[in-house]
Amino acid sequence: MDVLTQNFSLYGEGFLGTVQLTVYASLLALGLGVLMAGFRVAPVAPLRAFGTAWVTVLRNTPLTLLFFAVMLGLPRFGLVLPFFTFAVLALGCYTSAFICEAVRSGINTVPLGQGEAARSLGMSFPQTLGAVVLPQAFRTVIPPIGSTLIALAKNSAIAGSFSVTELLGTYKPLNELGYNIIWTFLWIAVGYLIITLAISGLFHVLERRWGVPR
Amino acid sequence: MTAASALYDIPGPRARARHRTYALLATLVLLLLLGWVGYALVDTGQFAAEKWRPFEYKGIQLLLLRGLGNTLKAFGLAAVLSLALGGVLAAGRLSDHRPVRWVATLVVEFFRAMPLLVMIFFVFVALKVQPLPALVTGLTLYNGSVLAEVFRAGVNSVERGQREAAYSLGMNKTQVMAHVLVPQGVRAMLPAIISQLVVALKDTSLGFLITYEEFLHAGKLIAGNLDYGLPFIPVVMIISPVYIGMCMLLSWLANWVAKRERRSVKTRAVEVAPAAPTTVLPGDTQT
Repeated sequence: MDVLTQNFSLYGEGFLGTVQLTVYASLLALGLGVLMAGFRVAPVAPLRAFGTAWVTVLRNTPLTLLFFAVMLGLPRFGLVLPFFTFAVLALGCYTSAFICEAVRSGINTVPLGQGEAARSLGMSFPQTLGAVVLPQAFRTVIPPIGSTLIALAKNSAIAGSFSVTELLGTYKPLNELGYNIIWTFLWIAVGYLIITLAISGLFHVLERRWGVPR
Repeated sequence: MTAASALYDIPGPRARARHRTYALLATLVLLLLLGWVGYALVDTGQFAAEKWRPFEYKGIQLLLLRGLGNTLKAFGLAAVLSLALGGVLAAGRLSDHRPVRWVATLVVEFFRAMPLLVMIFFVFVALKVQPLPALVTGLTLYNGSVLAEVFRAGVNSVERGQREAAYSLGMNKTQVMAHVLVPQGVRAMLPAIISQLVVALKDTSLGFLITYEEFLHAGKLIAGNLDYGLPFIPVVMIISPVYIGMCMLLSWLANWVAKRERRSVKTRAVEVAPAAPTTVLPGDTQT
C-alpha cells in the first residue's frame, strides 16, 4: 500500500500517459481503419489492393518490430518527432488493420437485399451508405471493435520501453528507489485492469444500447 | 467481387468508365507516394554500400540466424506449453465442481486482461528469471488463457444432440468429453487455434525488450553499430520480410485448415470458426 500512497504522482503520471496513448491511438486507428475498410470495399481495384496490402502487412508485423522501425528507423529517415507522437503513430497504424477488418466484416454482414431495396427506392450512394448500410454495420462491429481497443490499451505497454511515459515504465524508478517490487507490479496491474475494464464496460453499454445479434 | 456487397450494383458501362478514371487517379497517387518514399530513402543515403556491407559478413549472417533460431525456440516452447495450459484451464472451466470452475475462470480472466508485457516484466524483474524462461512463461500464461477460451467455445459449440446421444449410450462425462465433444470441438476451433499461435509468434519479439537474444535483438546489435553507419533502415528492410513471411505462412495455414475442415464430414455437428484470433470482450461468457 505504501508504494501507491508515497508515489501517487508517479503512478498518476504513468496512468495518464497510458490513457493518453490509448485515446489518441484509438482515434487514429478508428479513422485510418474506417478509411482502409472503405478502400477495401471500393469498386476501384488499386485502392482495394492498397487496403489489402495495408491490412496483410500490418496484421502480420510484430508490434515490437513496428515500434523499432518507427522509433529508431524514422529518425534516420530524416523524420524527427516526439517519442509520444511516434508511439501513437505505431500503435494507431497497427490497430487500424484490425479495425479495418472488423468494419469490413461488419459491412459484409449487411444482407444484399438491404442495399438493393435502398437503391430501388431511388436512394443515392451516400444515402444508401449513410442511412441503410452503415447503421446496420455499426451495430454488428461494436464487440469486435471493443476487444480491439482493449488490445490496443494493453499493447501500449510496449511504448514504455521506448522512452514514453506510461504505466508499465513506472516500475523502473520505483525499483531503483527500493520499493517492494511485487507490490509495485500489483499496482501497475490494477491500473491496467481499470483501463481495460473501463473500455469493456463502455462497449457493453454501447452494445446494450445499439447492438443487435445477427 | 464487389457485387457480393450490399453497397453497389453491378456497374454498367458508364460506371465502369468512371471507375477506370478513379483507378487511374488512385494508381497515380499511390505511385507518387511510393516514388516519394523511394526518393527519401535514396536521399538520406539508405542504399549506401557502407550500410549494406555488414550483411555480407559471415559473422553478421550467423548472428541473424542465431537470433532467428532463438525466436523459433521461444515460439516452439511457448506454443507447446500454452496448448497444454489451455487444455488444463479449459477442463477446469468445464468442470462440474464449482470451486475448480471458479479458480479456472479467475485465472483465465486475469491473464487475459493483463498486458502480456507486464507479466513478462514481472517474471523477469521481480522473480529474477533468465530472459528465455521469463518470455516463455509470459507467453504461456497469456496464450494459454486465450486458448482455454477457444477450447471451451469449441466444446460448447458442438450440437447438443451429440452430447445427449453420448450420455444416453451410457458414457460417463470423461468418455463423452474425450470421445465425442473434444474431437469435434478441436476440429472446429483448429483455425482459431492456429491464428492464436500467429499471435504468439508475433509476441516472441517482446523478448527484445527484456534483452532476450532473439531476431530483433540481433538486428538491433547490427543497427546500433557506428562502423556500419547505423543501418537501422536496412536492418528493418531485412528483418521485417522474414517476420511477416513467417506469420503469413502460419495465417495461410489457418485459412487452409478452415477451408478443409468446413468441407470435412467430421465437422457436420459443429460450426468451424473463421481463421481469426478470437475477439471476445473480457467478462463475456456468451460464447
